[in-house]
Formats: sequence, structure tokens, C-alpha cells
Amino acid sequence: MHNDNDSLPRRDPRWEWIARNRLHPLHEEALAGPATVRLNAHVWQGPNGLTRRDPHQVGFIAASGLKRIDRTGAQGATELNPPGGRKAATADARQFVTIDDPAFIVAVVPDLPGGRLSSHDRDLFGLARQLADADPDRPGAVLAVVFDELREDGFADAGADRLLHHVERASASRPATAYAAETRLGVLADVERELSPRHWLLPDSATGGAELGRRLAARLGERPAIQVWQIENNDTGLRCTGRGAAGATDISRALPRLVLALPECAEPVARTRHEARPLSLSLSEGLAYMPGRIQNLGAVAVDPAQVALSEAEFILSAGRGVRDWEGFHKAAAALGATEGASRVAVDDGFMERDRQVGASGTWVSARVYIAVGISGAIQHLQGIQSCDKVVSINLDPDCDIIKRADLAVIGDAAEILTALVALQQRESKSHAA
Amino acid sequence: MQLDAESLTESESSLSIAVLVSVGRHPLTGRPRRADQDARALEMAFSVAGAAPALLHAGPCDDPSEDALRCYLGMGGGTDLDSLIVLEQTADADIIPALADELTALGPQLVLCGTRAETGESSGMLPYLLAERLGWPIITGVAEIESIHEGVVVALQALPRGQRRRLSVRLPAIATADSAAPAPRASAYGPAMRGALTFSNTGSADDEARQDWLVSPARKRPKRLKIITATSARERFKAAAAKSQGGGGKVLKDLSPEAAAEAIQALLKEEGVLR
Repeated sequence: MHNDNDSLPRRDPRWEWIARNRLHPLHEEALAGPATVRLNAHVWQGPNGLTRRDPHQVGFIAASGLKRIDRTGAQGATELNPPGGRKAATADARQFVTIDDPAFIVAVVPDLPGGRLSSHDRDLFGLARQLADADPDRPGAVLAVVFDELREDGFADAGADRLLHHVERASASRPATAYAAETRLGVLADVERELSPRHWLLPDSATGGAELGRRLAARLGERPAIQVWQIENNDTGLRCTGRGAAGATDISRALPRLVLALPECAEPVARTRHEARPLSLSLSEGLAYMPGRIQNLGAVAVDPAQVALSEAEFILSAGRGVRDWEGFHKAAAALGATEGASRVAVDDGFMERDRQVGASGTWVSARVYIAVGISGAIQHLQGIQSCDKVVSINLDPDCDIIKRADLAVIGDAAEILTALVALQQRESKSHAA
Repeated sequence: MQLDAESLTESESSLSIAVLVSVGRHPLTGRPRRADQDARALEMAFSVAGAAPALLHAGPCDDPSEDALRCYLGMGGGTDLDSLIVLEQTADADIIPALADELTALGPQLVLCGTRAETGESSGMLPYLLAERLGWPIITGVAEIESIHEGVVVALQALPRGQRRRLSVRLPAIATADSAAPAPRASAYGPAMRGALTFSNTGSADDEARQDWLVSPARKRPKRLKIITATSARERFKAAAAKSQGGGGKVLKDLSPEAAAEAIQALLKEEGVLR
């Protein structure tokens, strides 16, 4: 018989046979039998090692009166649809990789718009891993050089072995108005002198990578490959392909030290995790820093209503559920959001045509999108595909936008917007005081 | 080379600006035209009060590209702009040394150009290399020059999402014009034909690194595939049948409007979109 100290699972073929045979007089007894017979009454290991299920024991009675077995796991656990068999594998299957003694270093300078890794940054780390892991006997380390305050702790998942976090401190020699691209360039030049990475990878993006990368190239005297979208390793060595002539041509050349890459240049890292070990430069005050000749006088207030919808960062969008239009416009002005609208609101004449979001309007890419009284037609959801965070204020808890929204508030839109405006005004008053 | 502040104040009434122009390429027809961003840079130079822009082009100059270059002269109707200096170079020459020498001889206080060329490598490196070579500061992606006073330029830099940042830089400096800068004026035929192209014969240095490159018409980039790393049939089925971006959000029900507003405001603050 089964011994508790025995780690091998023992099976009793006779009891298994009885448990499968519903007509056997001992069938009920076998189903309720000892753990050695079955793990669950409805799941057991078949003779070939496959997991078998008893379809009579699982499932639930649907509204139609028919018995249904839900294999998607969408249905919650019920008495007849027990949760036993459909536990998602939560264990992290990714391999943890540490590189203690790297043969070389691939430096990545991500953009981190808003302090977080963008998908462009993740693609860039994927590219860096391709270069670092090209020779499995002599792996290189991927170094992430990041600046200022971070709201991101996923560098290990993104694929960084080392993390150099440089925080700019205002001092007499470095005023607070120093231009970021120039001070960062000084840090990168220090990294170059101290660690001399084999490759520098930067995103060719308008959020800063394009400018910083070109400044670095001019400083290091390296000719960069720009707008790179592919790197191949063939018999002539590493080659890269990038766009030239404002996107009209492809230029293929040997891979230089400095690469400015386009989005989707490589797959982001998914199968491995890395250590992102903190690193610091031995020179605390960089030598390469030159007193800034460019002064950053700060961001300029831009009228959000003038910003093109496709470019807007923060959109407050109205749909059929909005009754109080004056309150809506007031809320948009108080929050500093660009106004958008669903098709219904435009067709009904409450908003201009150029404010329409969705398949037949504008495809927006806002970081925060607040949908007020919008149920989420598929055409509208297409239009907000690339938004980061979606907030919905809605009366209907079952509509489609709730499934898309990161934060869904069920309630009256006018009241909530009024409360939001009051909250915002109170806050700005206390700031001013 | 660094001009001191005093001499700048004296010469402020006639601020000398050099605008670097190139031959563009129409994105649909492929014909030579005035490059869009370079034309915006020239428009920006016109917008500076009391400025005398000088046009400078380095590169090969044949008939079609001469027509394109004359389009810049055609923008100068009603101004003093009537000539364009052409530094003749071979098609695959490195134009940086010639340009840097010419700029040193010309001695402008501000150099304006587009962010990227529309032909050739179009790496956008030229202004940076010139700045490094001349030792001047460079500001990029300028949407508007607000003022030039006592040798200090205050300009608005265009950022993504329609945002602007105010920068100030001491002259002499290089500034590149962004596509968000005001649209250039139309080019008139008369001034374009009347204007003079002044050819200056400088030696051209070959760009050797470019010899090994393979240049081909741009291929369509492969579309990224959704990679499914499923171990069992059920996971694969789930991945294939899954609606995109379903679930995962927080749903707040039966809240007072004030509590709901606070929850929304907390998210907005976390994202940093509230000012």
C-alpha cells in the first residue's frame, strides 16, 4: 500500500478502473477514495502519463439548460465548475542570468519618457542582448545608463546586467538650469573613458535619444549608424541596415560602435531575467563636463486646446453619456487636458469634427485618456489602442470600455467631473497660498 | 573665434545669420525641391528683426538642383537676400571641412539649418559636427526664435506631443529648425531668377567610409509578430482566442463623486499629467 514517506506516486490500477467505470458497484466509493487513487475526483493521470478529465464531473449548467464545460477559464469557479484544473502557471519560468566577468560592455541609454521604459527602450535592450550574447563563450554585459528620477524598476526584466544611475545635483558649477543633453553628454563621456563600451545604443527618438546620440557621436568622433532597424550577423561580421534619405533608402553597412535604432529594431527580452547590478563611476565629478552654454528656461505652457489630438498627452474625451457640456469644457480647462469626442458626440454637433477619436477620426497616443460617458464601440477602442492609461467614467458597468480601462468609475459623469474640478481648484489654491 | 559680448552689442543692428540650405527631394515624386526644414530655417531667419541672412550650400550643383536652390532665393523678395554661396563638391564628398572653413571666413553669429537632409545619408549629424569643429553650442529642433538680445538667443524648442521648452544660448551658436517651425513662405519666380549663385571653388574631401555601403530603395519593414510562448494546448488556445487588452483594470462602484474624483486625481498625479 501507499507509504506516506514514499515520494513516488503509487497508483492502484484496479481502483482507477473502478473509478472510470460508472456502472461498477464500488464506483462512488472509488471516486471518494484515498488520495492515492486520484488527486481530484475529475482529474487523474492516465496510463500514458497524460492528464485525463472526467467530463461528467466538471462543467456547469448554462442558462440554456445544457451542460457546458468552460475551457477558457473565463467562467468563475462554481460548484460544478471547480477551479482545481485551471490554475494558471504563476511560477516564473524565465532563466536568471548573471554575468560576473563580462568580456565587453554594450551601453544602452534609454529615453525613459516620464521616468519609465518605453516600448522603444525595451526593443533597444533586446538589441543590446543580441549583441552581448552573440558569442556564448564570451558573453558581454548590457549596461543601462539612466539619469534623474526613475519611476521604473524593471531594468532587470528589460535585460540590463549593470545599471548606472546618475542623479544630477545642482551645484555652483552646475546650475539647475543646465541643459540636460549637455550634462548627460558629460556623463556619457565619463562612461566612455572609464568603461569604453564596445557598442553604444540609443533610441533614435524625438524624446531625447536622437539629440543625445548625435551629440555623443560628435563628441566621440564616431560615425553613427542612424535609423537602424535591423542587425544581422553573417559571414562578413555584424552588419546593420538603417534608413537613409529621410526614409527613402536602406543603407546597409558594417556595424559601427554607435547605433541609433528605430522602434521594433529587435524583440524585447522575454525569456531571461538579469541582475541590473548597480554600478557607479569612480569619478564622482565628471571631467568631461563643460559649463553649460545652453540654459534651460523650463517648459512653456502650451494651450492644450491648440495641441493636435494625435499628439496630445492627456485627453478628456466625451461621448453620448455627457449631458452637461459646459461642465465638461470646464473640467478639460481645469485639468489642462486636450478635448476629444466619440463619434456620437461629434455627429450630434456638440464637438468639432477634428476632435473625433476613433477609426474614422484620429488615432490618439495619449499617456492618459479619460473617457467620459463613452461605452467603447470597437471603432473607438481601435482609436485609443496606443494609449497607456485609460480611465472611464460611465454609468453602465457592463460596457466594453470597462474591459479596456485601467481605472473604471461607475457613476454620474457630471457629478464626478464637478467634484474633480473642485478638487483641482482647491489644490491649486493651497499651492498658491 | 569666440566673439565677446561687447562687439556683439555693437553689431546687433545687423545680426549676421548664415542659413545652410540643401537640395531636398519630394517624398512622392522624388523630384528635387527646396528642402522643407531648410526652408523653415530660412523663414526663421527672416523672422529675426534686423537680421541679414546669407545662404550657403555645399554639394554638387547641376541643373535640377540649381532650380531647387533658386527656390530659396525666390523666398527673398522684398528683402536684401539676393545671392547664394555654392561650395561646389563632388556627390560623395565630406562637406564638413569645406563648410567649416567657409563659416570661419564668413564669421556669422548664428547658423541656422534643417534638422535632417532629405537625400543622401540624411544622418542629421552635420550641425553637430560643425558645432564640435567650430566649438559652438548647438540647440536642436527649434520651433521659434523669440528674441536675440545682447548676444543671447532665446528660442523655443519643439518637443514631442506639441510641448515647447524655452532655451537660451550665447552667440555664436548653431540652431536647427524643426518641422514644427512656421511654414516657409512661397517662392516667387522673379527673385529666384534674378538672384545670383556665387560659386566658390574649394577642394572636396572624399568620404571614404561611405564606399563600402550598400544603398537600396527602402524595403517595407516586417510586421512584428505576436510571439506566444505557450507550453500547453489550452494556453495556446487562450492566447489565440484572447481579446486584446481585456481585464486587469480596477472597477470602482458605488462611490461618492468626491471619492471617485480623488481616485482619478491620484492616477493623474501618478502619471504626472497634472500641472
